Amino acid sequence: MDKIRLENVTYRYDVGTPFEQTALEDVTLSIEAGKITGIIGHTGSGKSTMMKLLNGLDSPTEGKVYLDGACINATKKEWLAQGLEDEKYKDLPKNAKKKAILKDYADFHKNLCFRVGLVMQYPEYQLFEETVAKDIAFGPRNMGLSEEEIAKRVKEAAAFTGVSEDLFEKSPFDLSGGQKRRVALSGVIAMRPEVLVLDEPAAGLDPRGRNNVFESIVDYRNKTGSTIVIVSHSMEDMAKYCDRVVVMNHAKVAMVGERKEVFAHVRELAGMGLDIPEITRLAELLLAKGLPLTDAIYTVEEAREALLAVWKGGGDK
Amino acid sequence: MRGMTLGQYYPGTSPIHRLDPRAKIILGILAIVCSFLCKTLFSFCLLEALVLLLVILSGIPPKLLIRALRPVLFILLFTSLVNIFMTRGKNLLFEYGIFHIYEEGLWNALFMILRITSLILMTSIFLTYTTTPIALTDGLEQLLSPLKKLHIPVHDFAMMITIAMRFIPTLAEETERIMNAQRARGVNFSTGGLIKRVRSLIPILIPLFVSAFNRAFDLANAMECRCYHGGEGRTRLKVLRYNVWDFVAILLLIGVGVGLVFANRLTFGGSIL
Repeated sequence: MDKIRLENVTYRYDVGTPFEQTALEDVTLSIEAGKITGIIGHTGSGKSTMMKLLNGLDSPTEGKVYLDGACINATKKEWLAQGLEDEKYKDLPKNAKKKAILKDYADFHKNLCFRVGLVMQYPEYQLFEETVAKDIAFGPRNMGLSEEEIAKRVKEAAAFTGVSEDLFEKSPFDLSGGQKRRVALSGVIAMRPEVLVLDEPAAGLDPRGRNNVFESIVDYRNKTGSTIVIVSHSMEDMAKYCDRVVVMNHAKVAMVGERKEVFAHVRELAGMGLDIPEITRLAELLLAKGLPLTDAIYTVEEAREALLAVWKGGGDK
Repeated sequence: MRGMTLGQYYPGTSPIHRLDPRAKIILGILAIVCSFLCKTLFSFCLLEALVLLLVILSGIPPKLLIRALRPVLFILLFTSLVNIFMTRGKNLLFEYGIFHIYEEGLWNALFMILRITSLILMTSIFLTYTTTPIALTDGLEQLLSPLKKLHIPVHDFAMMITIAMRFIPTLAEETERIMNAQRARGVNFSTGGLIKRVRSLIPILIPLFVSAFNRAFDLANAMECRCYHGGEGRTRLKVLRYNVWDFVAILLLIGVGVGLVFANRLTFGGSIL
């Protein structure tokens, strides 16, 4: 099922000036519910622009974005026209019908940013509260939740990202880079978004930090069934954590599919300025040396299994 | 926030663009003096002719220049009203209760409007529209360099201004990023009462200040690593050189000033005309 759908989306910066630039061109794309979708592409391929469109932070120049079938960019008029045809409001008298539709419109837009949680690049720059706990609580508080609910969500979100509770009363500015990142991530997870969109969530972190961040994202998906969209240029991370991969190139979607399908075109990806995972290169070298590695290999785990299989197979002979 | 430009610099290669920034600062000051020298309608006519000439020479679209006048609209309105109602003269035109309007008041108001608009147009043509902010601070530093003898840290001031201007676009970009991040957490900047709106700025300002300070420390470190120690013995990538035209332009504008003084003495019939 589609959670988010982009239809013929075009986005241009600085329309009508000499600096006009097309960041997305006629992109049609579905993001499946409950899966981890990776959007990869080199710098300037339009991937970061796309994520701003997913929660209505920005509107496409042309085209529409749908969340669960409801159009994010619909004007009040369009929404009303569509609502009048909708089965949902059928039994209401005319006036109440209009009121109910407009109320749903307002609610939909108010809740949009809570339903689609956005974690920007270097999210630690958004920290501002006196304490870590208050900062994580900022989103839930804006949702208008009760204090108990907020406290519950702060604990829950901190547990997802591995922010220990001794840090709760510390100033977020006293934390290390990796800790800040996790606090910022918790701040979005605390809103319990149905869709979590992350822009380079692991940028600038050491390998352990990277793994922690990605594992908490996967953990969040597994426990809540949320849809995840990760924007990145690192094929290595994408190969490891994503179910589906979208490849962006020159403002267009170059490839979409299950991870295996997309990574089967590893050479083409390299042509788009993306790095091939190191382990894939190693596997290719081994293959050239005559090791009978069967499938294309993109993660260390896959490599281990394939090598073990070869080893065992060799023992049999 | 996107598309925010630094100052109003309008790229071009007009004769005014090509003048040395130091000359342009001097020309700007002379232009101010000129607009204050005018006292009669005839001399104002000459001044406006000069303004027109500069507009044509600079090749800046008049639309842009009118935009430069927008911020002073209120001052123009206010001073002209004050002039109309407060000037006492001989020729009473209109009287109602405590309000008296004299002919001299109307003239004063007109002159004030002409003076302020031509002053702003000329200085913005010489300075903001045709000179990049960096060139302007460079020129200012050079012009003020004699003050170094009095132990006034001219170079340091110029460096501060340059750095401040350099970081305006960076901070604007950063502000936009933080605003997006906080909007994604449910902050609403556009609705609610005044207090609510001011409160919604806190999540923007704090991260912005924190990062601005961090940036400042980084920059200071980077400058120190490259042995920056102020202006002493520092050479420049772009050395400013006066051109014949710079002197010609300055002499011409001084000539205009002298001409205006004489124009003031010419009278055609009335005392002000």
